[in-house]
Amino acid sequence: MDGFWCSLPLWLIPALPAAGFVVLALIGGQLPRRWSAVIGAGSVGLSAAVSLCAAACYLSHPPDGGVRIERLWTWIHVGNFDIGFSLALDALSLVMIFVVSFVGFLIHLYSTEYMADDEAFSRFFAYMNLFVALMLMLVLADNLFLLYLGWEGVGLCSYLLIGFWYSDPANGAAARKAFIVTRIGDTAMAIALLLLYKHAGTLDIQEAMAWAADNWAVGSGMAVVVALLLLGGAVGKSAQLPLQVWLPDAMAGPTPVSALIHAATMVTAGVYLIARTHVVFMLAPPAMTVVAVIGAATLLLAGCSALVQTDIKRVLAYSTISQIGYMFLGLGVGAWSAAVFHLMTHAFFKALLFLGAGAVIISLHHEQDISKMGGLRKRLPVVFWTFLIGSASLAALPLVTAGFYSKDLILWCSWSTQYGSPWLWAAGAAGAFLTALYSFRLVFIVFFGDEKGQVEHRPGTRILVPLVVLAVLSLIGGFVETPESLGHVTLFSDLTETTLATTESTITGHPTEHLLQAVVAGITLLGVFLAFFLYIKRPAIPAAISTSPLGSRVCRFWLSGWGFDTLYDRLFVRPFAGLAQLLRGDPFDGISSTLGRAAVAGNSALSRTQDGRIRTYAFGIGLGAVIAIAIVVLT
Amino acid sequence: MTAGIPLEHGLLIAAGLFVIGLIGVLVRRSLLFQLLSIEIMLNAAGMAFVIAGARWGEADGQVLFIFILVMAAAEVAVGLALLLRLSNRFRDLNGDSMSSMRG
Repeated sequence: MDGFWCSLPLWLIPALPAAGFVVLALIGGQLPRRWSAVIGAGSVGLSAAVSLCAAACYLSHPPDGGVRIERLWTWIHVGNFDIGFSLALDALSLVMIFVVSFVGFLIHLYSTEYMADDEAFSRFFAYMNLFVALMLMLVLADNLFLLYLGWEGVGLCSYLLIGFWYSDPANGAAARKAFIVTRIGDTAMAIALLLLYKHAGTLDIQEAMAWAADNWAVGSGMAVVVALLLLGGAVGKSAQLPLQVWLPDAMAGPTPVSALIHAATMVTAGVYLIARTHVVFMLAPPAMTVVAVIGAATLLLAGCSALVQTDIKRVLAYSTISQIGYMFLGLGVGAWSAAVFHLMTHAFFKALLFLGAGAVIISLHHEQDISKMGGLRKRLPVVFWTFLIGSASLAALPLVTAGFYSKDLILWCSWSTQYGSPWLWAAGAAGAFLTALYSFRLVFIVFFGDEKGQVEHRPGTRILVPLVVLAVLSLIGGFVETPESLGHVTLFSDLTETTLATTESTITGHPTEHLLQAVVAGITLLGVFLAFFLYIKRPAIPAAISTSPLGSRVCRFWLSGWGFDTLYDRLFVRPFAGLAQLLRGDPFDGISSTLGRAAVAGNSALSRTQDGRIRTYAFGIGLGAVIAIAIVVLT
Repeated sequence: MTAGIPLEHGLLIAAGLFVIGLIGVLVRRSLLFQLLSIEIMLNAAGMAFVIAGARWGEADGQVLFIFILVMAAAEVAVGLALLLRLSNRFRDLNGDSMSSMRG
């Protein structure tokens, strides 16, 4: 059996969804829906199966140096510039391909029912398959050039899928916004890659990282610049401050897209990038501080915004931004494994929450406003229980949920590592309170209280199965890594630390760790209780707060995401549009067009002298002769 | 050549003839009369050559006049042929009406 696992080539993993995309793109329009669904979901399912085989092979026969490399062909070869089309599987990419292909498959399965009535059924699956293929390429790439191909490719798929229902101009605008904002970060990343190539002379990830470790001193200027530019790319892709504005609008896409691209996989690519290039970041302590501060600030800002949103998907979008903030916080304090661990558990529970929200949305006939929902607990029991599990995991309810173990690890590291500080921990703890409050606010408003709205149809098997599987993963996914006080399982960090640097805490001694865990657990439970108190027991209180003068102003401010949209609109969009309006008539063309107009005027004046009459010409000749003679005689 | 006539007088007559021819070309509409006027101008030029030749006692002026005479004859042959074609085509010799090549 070992032989079979290892005999499957790595390239099958991205190639299968890519093949699905090609088939659906070429003949998808002619295929019956059932076939499109089979190809769309099946190719990703097979890819997930191959990923599991690759994982079994990797775990049973760990390759030399922890990396399995497959060079398929030479992509670009000019002089010393040699870019191979080659894939590499190490512990970090193993976790990523598992998340992408497995969660991706569940979401594809869900989509076959969710999108069943859509006209562009096969187009949807074509885009989704292309996305999965490119995302797998991104995480399997063994050089930064190929990674960048996947990086831009998933951005394109994100654009295509946000604007999937393109007949509404608002969706197109949201798609453009997402594309343009992430492009700002991508430009920074491209510059980082060029700098890295200029100095290290290679884009191969392992070689470049080894070169950086050998040649750059800790805190050297170039390392800081490269790290900050890479951070720029990550910030754009992962919707962190200050480029977070695109993600809430990206909810214009279909709900499975939000689950797959804007929660589970693509937006976490920034976390993957930083973890992948962690060597450079460790050489640049100022950049690490920036990462941690961005993470802490983002998780607080987005948590506040999530608290007041009324659109169920926008709550989850802000929650995603906030949770990725936690991952950045983890990265910034050097807790590489913890960040990737949270990436994985977040993929499970956030995909679950989005899929649950999608089930609610279609059963209420595309209603997304939570104020028009209520009492769905009895109508949609499976959705309720799975959504509750997802929310509990998001809120990091102690002991039983996956989110608890990953978030706890990040918070502990933010206190205890050499990059950490009590301030970062405090921000994370405050974020934990906000998370518990907004996630259970959602549960209590949507599933408890009076029944509002009519449940039109109940979700079928293909919606419920992914929900149940993801709910199970959201519960047990955390047991692969538990803190010292609770069993001290380190399966996950043992695996990822073959690739990533080990996290070392400067504080030893369990009392601090236990105390902090207890405090965070207490804060979380307090948040849940407060949500229960405000939205079940005394619903009048939040209503009173949101109508009071100060409260309503804060609510509107948070609802609009801290006014970033308005700020950017004033600062960039409007000046740019104004300038474009000004230049619309091409004022600089005036110079050359004046020349042109003078030539035309001269032409029409002189052509009038050519009247076709011999006498006029003869007069002209005579006059010319007289003038010539006059000049000769008079001078 | 009698020595009584000064050079200036001869040249004035030639210039007068030339101007008469030029005015003829400019004011007459009929192509035939324009052709005639051109002949007058040619003869004015020829006369200037003869007078100048007489002034210096050289035969060159008269030789050149014969050249001009021959050239004028050839020109008239071509010119009259063109006139004939034009009168066939336009039934008219008004030069102003033949302005289809105006710019």
